[in-house]
Amino acid sequence: MPSEFTVVRVNGVSVSVPVGTTIAVAIAIAGQPCRTSVTGEPRGPLCGMGICFECRAVVNGIPHSRTCQLLCEPDMEVRTDA
Amino acid sequence: MRSYSRERFDVLVVGGGPAGIAAAVRAAERGGHVGIVDENIALGGQIWRGGISVESHSSEASSWISQVKKADISVLSGKRVFHQPEPGTLMAEGLDDIWQLRYRNLVLATGARERFLPFPGWTLPNVTGAGGLQAMVKSGLPIRGKRVVVAGSGPLLFAVAAYLRKHGAEIPIVCEQASWKKLAWFSMTLVRHPVKIGQGLQLRKDLVGIPLAASSWPIMAHGQRVLEAVTILRGGKSETIKCDYLACGFHLVANTELPALVGCRIRNGYVQVNELQQTTVDKVYCAGEPTGIGGIELSLVEGEIAGLAATGHASEAQRLYPKRERFRRFARLLDNTFSLRAELRSLPSPDTVICRCEDVPCSRLREHRSWRAAKLQTRCGMGPCQGRVCGPATQFLFQWNPDSVRPPVFPARVEDLAAYGESIPEVTGEAK
Amino acid sequence: MKKETYEVVIVGAGIVGAACADAFAERGLRVVVVDRDVVGGGATAAGMGHIVVMDDSEAQFALTHYSQRLWQDLRPELPDDVEYEQPGTIWVAADDEEMAEVRRKREYYRNRGVAVQVMDARELKQAEPNLRDGLAGGLLVPGDAVLYPPCAARFLITRAQQRGAKLRLGACVTQISEGCVRSNDGQEINGDIVVNAAGANAAELTAGIDIKKRKGHLVITDRYPGFLRHQLVELGYLKSAHSVSRDSVAFNVQPRRTGQILIGSSRQYGAEHKEVDQTMLANMVRRAQEYMPALGTMSAVRVWTGFRAATPDKLPLIGPCPGYKSVYLATGHEGLGITTSLGTARILVDQVVDSKPEIAVEPYLPSRAVKEFVHA
Repeated sequence: MPSEFTVVRVNGVSVSVPVGTTIAVAIAIAGQPCRTSVTGEPRGPLCGMGICFECRAVVNGIPHSRTCQLLCEPDMEVRTDA
Repeated sequence: MRSYSRERFDVLVVGGGPAGIAAAVRAAERGGHVGIVDENIALGGQIWRGGISVESHSSEASSWISQVKKADISVLSGKRVFHQPEPGTLMAEGLDDIWQLRYRNLVLATGARERFLPFPGWTLPNVTGAGGLQAMVKSGLPIRGKRVVVAGSGPLLFAVAAYLRKHGAEIPIVCEQASWKKLAWFSMTLVRHPVKIGQGLQLRKDLVGIPLAASSWPIMAHGQRVLEAVTILRGGKSETIKCDYLACGFHLVANTELPALVGCRIRNGYVQVNELQQTTVDKVYCAGEPTGIGGIELSLVEGEIAGLAATGHASEAQRLYPKRERFRRFARLLDNTFSLRAELRSLPSPDTVICRCEDVPCSRLREHRSWRAAKLQTRCGMGPCQGRVCGPATQFLFQWNPDSVRPPVFPARVEDLAAYGESIPEVTGEAK
Repeated sequence: MKKETYEVVIVGAGIVGAACADAFAERGLRVVVVDRDVVGGGATAAGMGHIVVMDDSEAQFALTHYSQRLWQDLRPELPDDVEYEQPGTIWVAADDEEMAEVRRKREYYRNRGVAVQVMDARELKQAEPNLRDGLAGGLLVPGDAVLYPPCAARFLITRAQQRGAKLRLGACVTQISEGCVRSNDGQEINGDIVVNAAGANAAELTAGIDIKKRKGHLVITDRYPGFLRHQLVELGYLKSAHSVSRDSVAFNVQPRRTGQILIGSSRQYGAEHKEVDQTMLANMVRRAQEYMPALGTMSAVRVWTGFRAATPDKLPLIGPCPGYKSVYLATGHEGLGITTSLGTARILVDQVVDSKPEIAVEPYLPSRAVKEFVHA
């Protein structure tokens, strides 16, 4: 069991996750979809390995960040379309 | 401020999974400056993905990875190759940096990805790939007490079901689209593959108590904003199962995009290689899944052969041929067992989204006779996944063949498209 | 092999061929369109889809202005996937010299009834906040539009088909002769007249026309809604399009309805292969970043190339093909194929059925080239 945790904010809500957690997982723990599709469907990660682009969210102001490939870091601001 | 770096290698390996690791280790043993460039956070690729918990790596994986560390191989993790501006040079980008990588010899070990087939409701959050869900659990997704239906095709399903169960998930069923007859034949033929029997027996133990259905596949995923239930077809009858996740993948597709960009001949979806794992491009080798889906052992031995061949040790490489041939037989067995049945082509309904990046439904695609026509008229395949999800799906559904590959072979920052040609500092520790 | 007979055989199902098919079919003629690949698969697929009024010459103005109005008239009938939008163009001036050009252009357009508005540096920055500081200003042309060309071509072809036109895809025409086209599968299609609308490949099919391929590159980004509001073109574009022999790049960006940014443009001579040229790409991207630095950090999803059909005097060839009795040309549109496709089709049909064209056709007649040669 990891002893270290880190806190990120998903759509303004703080989420505490073990160090080594990806942002995509933090978004899932926050109960949010990662993005909204071009016709308005909620979407979450599909491939888990960075090729499907369904996990894109805005991370620290950078749009289209592939969250399944990024580790949570302290005080990260994550915004999904929701 | 992004940093620009340059490094030269005698042997550059693209891909940090088993094949890439084996190639780099063997190449480094023979001298010369060797590097691995890999887009993931840590070495291991997909199949040896590390994770949050300490137990993540198998002893075999740990052994190989520690050899990488001992061998003074330059490891560039979190860097994604997107372009070959001229032969002998690859451009890779990371979050904060961009790399110009020059090589004398190149080993492409770009691995494989899951094949996703569309069916109604497949775009709901919590419908994921099988390997996809496992990757997310390894990346911290809580799965204890969750109900997961595992479906699709391929040995990955069993491995994933066992893994998830070990981490506390409840697996109501594993649905394999191949028939019992094929699965039985697969098990029987495993006799010829001792390593696989050992794995198979362990797997059987891990799967005790998990219902397995053959000739079975998902026909609809249900839920409002998130998955709530799955309807599967089993024995000609449909059953609806409440669940939290549907881990669904239909075997694997080779990542041939970078090999194609570099000019390697691709045949039937695989990179064409000779017995020394050489592609049709001089000094470019390919090892592992892109030459044929065959699992860890085949990837390792192909990687070793490529690493030896790339450093001019063909005779040593030849000694590994018998081992490779044994594992190639397994690869052929995989191919035959888990070939996709025709019924899966009727899974999508007219309004099922096929291209997830651009939300193009099946009905719009059916109007067109080729990938190119569909792409131009509907934008299918023009999104950021560059057809990696919808390409294999439409190839299976409509027998469309994909376009030629252009740079960037993966989306890259606009400014990085212009990086080649600028003067950038050389990294120390370059080729001897 | 069954011989098919038509009144008009059109070679090329790009935007120009499609517009011609539509215009001929509207006049009740029996039309067939032949293409070696898909509808709108050549330059039509590669281009920006910018519908723009140009002032390079009176002839260029007349055709682009005429054609732009035709697009505006057609707008209500265009389906959603054609993505017709009217963001307008801003011609961007980087310095005082280019501002003088802005004022010249304003006079030119105003005298010819085109609505324009001069912007100073502050107004330009307000209109497009992501442009770098320090630019001098620009000229806004609000009537300019953008659309998605492959779907526009398909719309025109479909409308022609609804009026009885036929479409033959996957047949590569290898020879055009009097009243007949032959394709590589041995098939022959006969027509009272043949129209060569084969774009960059037109010179391969009819003898004696001077069309050179002019390669271009484009980059498209992921979606960044609101980043860009108008099509932006640097005034140096004109210097680039003017040059007949030098490779060049220019700042030219377009907001697509999807929110994606289309980044261009480049022009190359003598390049025959369609592979991405790293030097041109790098130069083009750097030029774009000089005007809009924030483009640099955007995700580039695709890069592609295309071939424009360029003529020596930068005007298209629309009319009877010299040396033939029943072959016509509708080609050589360089970077204005989308814009002038509708106007091209109209004045071509007018010449064929002998109705009065709405603009003078002399500047576009293919025979002009012959005349020039004779006088040289």
